[in-house]
Amino acid sequence: MEAAENRDEMLARVRGLCVRRGGRSIFDGVDLDIRRGQVTAIMGPSGTGKTTLLRVLGGQLRPQAGEVHVLGEAVPQLSRAELYALRRRMGVLFQSGALFTHLSVFENVAFPIREHARLPEPLVETLVLLKLEAVGLRGARDLMPAELSGGMARRVALARAIALDPALMMYDEPFAGQDPITMGVLIDLIRRLNDALGLTSVVVSHDVHETFAIADYVYVLADGAVIAEGTPAQLNASEAASVRQFVDARPDGPVPFHYPARSLADELTGGRGS
Amino acid sequence: MIGAIQGLGRRTLDGLRGLGEAVLLMLRILRAAPEVVRRPRLLIEQLYVVGVLSLVIILVSALFVGLVLGLQGYYTLVDFGAEDAVGTMVALTLVRELGPVVTALLFAGRAGSSLTAEVGLMKATEQLSSMEMMAVDPERRILAPRFFAALLAVPLLAAIFSAVGVFGGYLVSVGMIGIDAGAYWSNMQNAVTVQDDILNGAIKSVVFGFLAGWIALHKGYMATPTSSGVSRATTMGVVHTSLAVLGLDFLLTALMFG
Repeated sequence: MEAAENRDEMLARVRGLCVRRGGRSIFDGVDLDIRRGQVTAIMGPSGTGKTTLLRVLGGQLRPQAGEVHVLGEAVPQLSRAELYALRRRMGVLFQSGALFTHLSVFENVAFPIREHARLPEPLVETLVLLKLEAVGLRGARDLMPAELSGGMARRVALARAIALDPALMMYDEPFAGQDPITMGVLIDLIRRLNDALGLTSVVVSHDVHETFAIADYVYVLADGAVIAEGTPAQLNASEAASVRQFVDARPDGPVPFHYPARSLADELTGGRGS
Repeated sequence: MIGAIQGLGRRTLDGLRGLGEAVLLMLRILRAAPEVVRRPRLLIEQLYVVGVLSLVIILVSALFVGLVLGLQGYYTLVDFGAEDAVGTMVALTLVRELGPVVTALLFAGRAGSSLTAEVGLMKATEQLSSMEMMAVDPERRILAPRFFAALLAVPLLAAIFSAVGVFGGYLVSVGMIGIDAGAYWSNMQNAVTVQDDILNGAIKSVVFGFLAGWIALHKGYMATPTSSGVSRATTMGVVHTSLAVLGLDFLLTALMFG
C-alpha cells in the first residue's frame, strides 16, 4: 500500500541509468525521483550530461541499461506510437528556444494545438492568446522569431511548450545567457506556472542561485553519478567538498580546472625534461 | 597497409549503413502518404516552394537549350540535305533525354539544395527535436510533404522544359534560319510517339524526381548539426543527386530504347 502511494507521488522514476555515447560513459548508475507537483532541479558542471538526461526522459535517447518510468510508462520500452502519445503530456523548453523560424509568434504557439486538436479557429486564437498572456507576450503575437530578443524567444517557446497543458514540463538551461531582468522573469514564470497549472517541473541548470530560488529538490550530477541530493537548504548546509565547490563556484576542487592531460613540463619538453 | 584495408572496410560499412538508413527513411516517408493526402495544404505550400519558384530557371534554361539544339541540329542535318528533320531531332532529344535530365540537374541545384539546407538547419537549431517533443513526427510533418512535392514537381517541370525547348528550336530554325514551319511541326508529329518517347521521358522524370527529393531530404535530415555539417550536406546532396541522375539515365535509356 505504501509502495503504491509512493509510486503515485512520483511522476518520474529513474533507476540504475547507464548511458554511453561514442565509447564515453555519460551516466553510470543514476537514480532519480521526480515528485509530482514539485520543481526538481538537475544541476552539475557543464558536460555532465544534464541535457542528455532530459533526452532520456523524453525518449529521444535510449539508455544502454536502467529503468526510466515517466507518467507510469517505461519510456525505453515504448513503441514509436506509444512514445508520441506520452510526449503529448510533456513539454520541453529547449535551450535555444527552437522556435520555428518561418512562423510568427502566434503560429508558433498555435502549432501544437493545430497539430493535435481540431478546434475552431476562434478557440485556437483564444487558447494561444491566453498562453501568450501567461508569459507576458500577447502584444508580440505578430512578430517573427528573428525580431525577438533571446529572452523573449525563450518565453514564446515556453508558451508553446505549455500549449497542450502538459503534466511534466522540462527546462533545458532556461537561464543560460540571459540578462538579470529576463532571468528574474523566467524564475518567476517557472515557479508560477508550476503552481498555477499544477505541473511538475524538471529544471536542468548550472546557475546555482537562480535554481536554488525555485527548486523544491535538487540533484547534483558529476562524473556520471548523483553526487548529492536534497532541498536547496540541505545542499547549502552540506560540507561535502564536491558540493561546496559547485555551490560556492570555486574554480578548482574535486572537479579539476584542467582537462586531463600529461604534465605541462612533459608537453613543453617533448618528454625529454624532468 | 593494414590501416588502408581497415579504412576501406570502414568506409564500405559506413556507406552501406548510410544506404540502409536512407532506404528505411524513404519507407517511413512513403508510409506517410495518406497523411499528405489528408492535409493537401502542406503539399501545396511545398509545391509552390520547389516547383513554382524553380520555374524561372527552368524556362530560361529550356529556351536556350532549345535555341542551341535548333542551331546545332540545322548545321549537322543541312550537310545531308535533311534540315527539315530538325524539328524531329529537337523534340526527340528534349523529350527522351534533355528534358528529364537537365530539369533534374537544375532542380537539384535550385530546389534540392534549399531542401537540404532547410532541413539541416531545422535539425541544427533543434526545431526538429522540439517538434518530436511536441509529439509531432518531423518525418511526417516536414519530410513527407517536401518529398511528394519534389516527386510531383520534377515531371511537371520536365514537361514544361521540353515544351519550351521545342519552341526555342522553332524560333531558331523557322524564325531565324527559315525552315518551313509546316515541315518543322509535321515531321515532329510523325516521328514522336506518345508511348515510346513521351511516356518513357515521363517515367524518367518521375524516377529523377524521386531521387532528387529522397537524396536532398536524407542529406539534410542526417546532416551533422553544425554550420559546416549543413554546408557539407548541401554540397553532397547536389553532387550525389547529379551523379545518380546521370548514371540512372544511362541505365533507363538502355532499358527503354535498347
